[in-house]
Amino acid sequence: MSLPHSVPVSWFLVLAALLFAIGVAGALTRRNGIGIFLSIELMLNAVNVELVGYSRLLGERTGQVMVLFVMAVAAAEAAVGLGLFIAVYRQRRTIDVNRLNLMRW
Amino acid sequence: MRPLDLLWLVPALPIAGAALNGLICLFWPKAGKSTATLIGVGFPGVSMLVALAAIWQYLHGTNPAPFEQTLWSWTAGTFSIPVAFLLDPLSVVMLFVVTFVGFWIHVYSAGYMSHEAGYRRYFAYLNLFMGAMLLLILGNNFLVMFVGWEGVGLCSYLLIGFYFDQSFPPQAGRKAFIVNRIGDFAFLVGMFALFAKYGTLTYSAIFPKVVSAPEALTAPYALGLTFAGFVALCFFIGAMGKSAQIPLYVWLPDAMAGPTPVSALIHAATMVTAGVYMVVRSNAIYQLAPEIGTFVAIIGAFTAILAASIGLVQNDIKKVLAYSTVSQLGYMFLAAGLGAYTAAVFHLGTHAFFKALLFLGSGSVIHAMGGEQDMRKMGGLRKYMPVTFWTFALGTAAIAGVPGLAGFFSKDEILHNTAATGHWGLFAIGLFTAGLTAFYMVRAVAMTFFGKFRGTHDQEHHLHESPWVMTVPLLVLAIGAVGSGWVGIPELLGGGNTFHHFLSPVIAQFPEHAIEHPEMAASTEWLLLIASVAAGLIGIGYAFKLYGGGEFGGASWAKRFPVVYRLLDHKYWVDEIYDRLIVKPLGALSRFLWKGFDDTIVDGSVRALAWATELSAEGGRLSTTGNVRHYALYFFLGVLGLFWWILRS
Repeated sequence: MSLPHSVPVSWFLVLAALLFAIGVAGALTRRNGIGIFLSIELMLNAVNVELVGYSRLLGERTGQVMVLFVMAVAAAEAAVGLGLFIAVYRQRRTIDVNRLNLMRW
Repeated sequence: MRPLDLLWLVPALPIAGAALNGLICLFWPKAGKSTATLIGVGFPGVSMLVALAAIWQYLHGTNPAPFEQTLWSWTAGTFSIPVAFLLDPLSVVMLFVVTFVGFWIHVYSAGYMSHEAGYRRYFAYLNLFMGAMLLLILGNNFLVMFVGWEGVGLCSYLLIGFYFDQSFPPQAGRKAFIVNRIGDFAFLVGMFALFAKYGTLTYSAIFPKVVSAPEALTAPYALGLTFAGFVALCFFIGAMGKSAQIPLYVWLPDAMAGPTPVSALIHAATMVTAGVYMVVRSNAIYQLAPEIGTFVAIIGAFTAILAASIGLVQNDIKKVLAYSTVSQLGYMFLAAGLGAYTAAVFHLGTHAFFKALLFLGSGSVIHAMGGEQDMRKMGGLRKYMPVTFWTFALGTAAIAGVPGLAGFFSKDEILHNTAATGHWGLFAIGLFTAGLTAFYMVRAVAMTFFGKFRGTHDQEHHLHESPWVMTVPLLVLAIGAVGSGWVGIPELLGGGNTFHHFLSPVIAQFPEHAIEHPEMAASTEWLLLIASVAAGLIGIGYAFKLYGGGEFGGASWAKRFPVVYRLLDHKYWVDEIYDRLIVKPLGALSRFLWKGFDDTIVDGSVRALAWATELSAEGGRLSTTGNVRHYALYFFLGVLGLFWWILRS
């Protein structure tokens, strides 16, 4: 399945911008660690959408290869991040980042 | 191996002795005194033997050319100074005086200091002094001389302040060091000027050039002086400090705070003559600056009479000798300034013997008196310590100019030269000073050895002649005080003035600037001779009349001229004047720079910076909330800012 060529690149950009904005808003406002984590994934995927859009516009595969890389890195990052949160949860019985402020002045 | 080739050992041995004793002092403080004596007296002793052998070989060599020995060179880029030693007639005389007198004072010290704490430290300093003094006189260039010059200054400071647990000696040591530094500064400037002109500081490279091209030195240079005048003045200011001339003589009387053998060795016989040696060594330059020469002579004459007049009223036996030393140094500069360089060195040599003898004799007295130095509490010591009395009396006779003894010949040589060059005013001062010298020395002898004992009963009970280790040096030096003048018996008295002829190769000969030595009629010479003898004898006789019976006959003079007495008793208030004019204002300035500048401006700016840093840190750390969402917000705002910055155009 492929998208018709009439779909302009601006749609990709608008979608990516929306996703990114939602991700930023989520990352800044969520108090749950997992929520912040999801928002970051959203931002990464916004970038992926943009890369794919440009790749299609320019007929250049490099963009799609980049997306695969980003996905691989994001998966690894998710594993590490979730591991961290599990460790934190075992210690503190919470993953509310407002209460994880040991490193303050 | 020739003894001459071992010349380097002469300064090296005492320095090694100092190092050895110093190291033992540091790492093995419980070591016994015998090793300290063995090292402290033995090393200078061997050094003296090597020096005597070298001198003997030098004098008996077929070639009397100066002997030079280069050890190595200090090189920095194009600047190179050889560390080299020179043996010529002048350094032969100095070498003999320093090693011989120095060695016997070391022997004496072993007895004098035997009950003192810090015995080993004392010998380490004393040996280091010997090494530095030998560097000073043996160096073949001004820089090696300067190293020795500073070395003896350091040792002088250390030994004046030897009794560091009392309050006055360290203060006197500091005073000596600081006053000397003033002179050293001028000496350095003189050396810089010489180096800038000739590119070397070696005597044998500079002086022939001075002689062959004197016009290069008589051109105007700085301060309205010619080059020769400038260098001569700088060197003389250096000599003023080291040899205690007006206005820098004030440290020497205070230097008596050190142990008495130190006063004998450093502040009478050797170190203080370094300035005379340096002026004589640079005679080629001084001959081209007659105006500075006259200045030197005038300073010398005034120092001689000023110090002698202060010596008249001192009651501390060492103070009398200290002012006497200043006065005799004045004589030497009087001679050196007038171009009578050999006479200056002659007096330097004889003075070393009799003044060392007098100081050691006073040390023997102080030793017997249990540390008492006030002559008013002595008296009648003649029968308790005959050796000390007779040697002290011989030294006094020698300095007073009793005919036949050392001081007679050398002082007469100076007075003769003063008159021969037509400086009758300076001659009159010198003659009068000779009378004063005889007076205050005989006064000291009479107050110490004649009359009845005036000390406490306890002291009287302990009076004793000093041990042989102290009396033998006295006897040896007494022989020198009697006989050292015989090397320079003037032609008038049937001698050959051997000393003058021996030293004359050291005196530069200028074809066109020959030193004038107007011939005097023999009758005039006889008249001068009789005058100087008469001055001495009048001084001796009058002192005996006033003090011989054990009473203080000078008190009637003090009553008759109370103003003069107060003036002399307070040493012309020179120390007070310096204190008011120099020390206090300098202190105030220093305090201002400390409190007003350093504390407020320098430290203040540093403190302000620290305060600003702390304040900003206090504010900045509030951003470290520990909440990761806040950090994410900062990051987001930062990215926004970055975007704005990139896209702003």
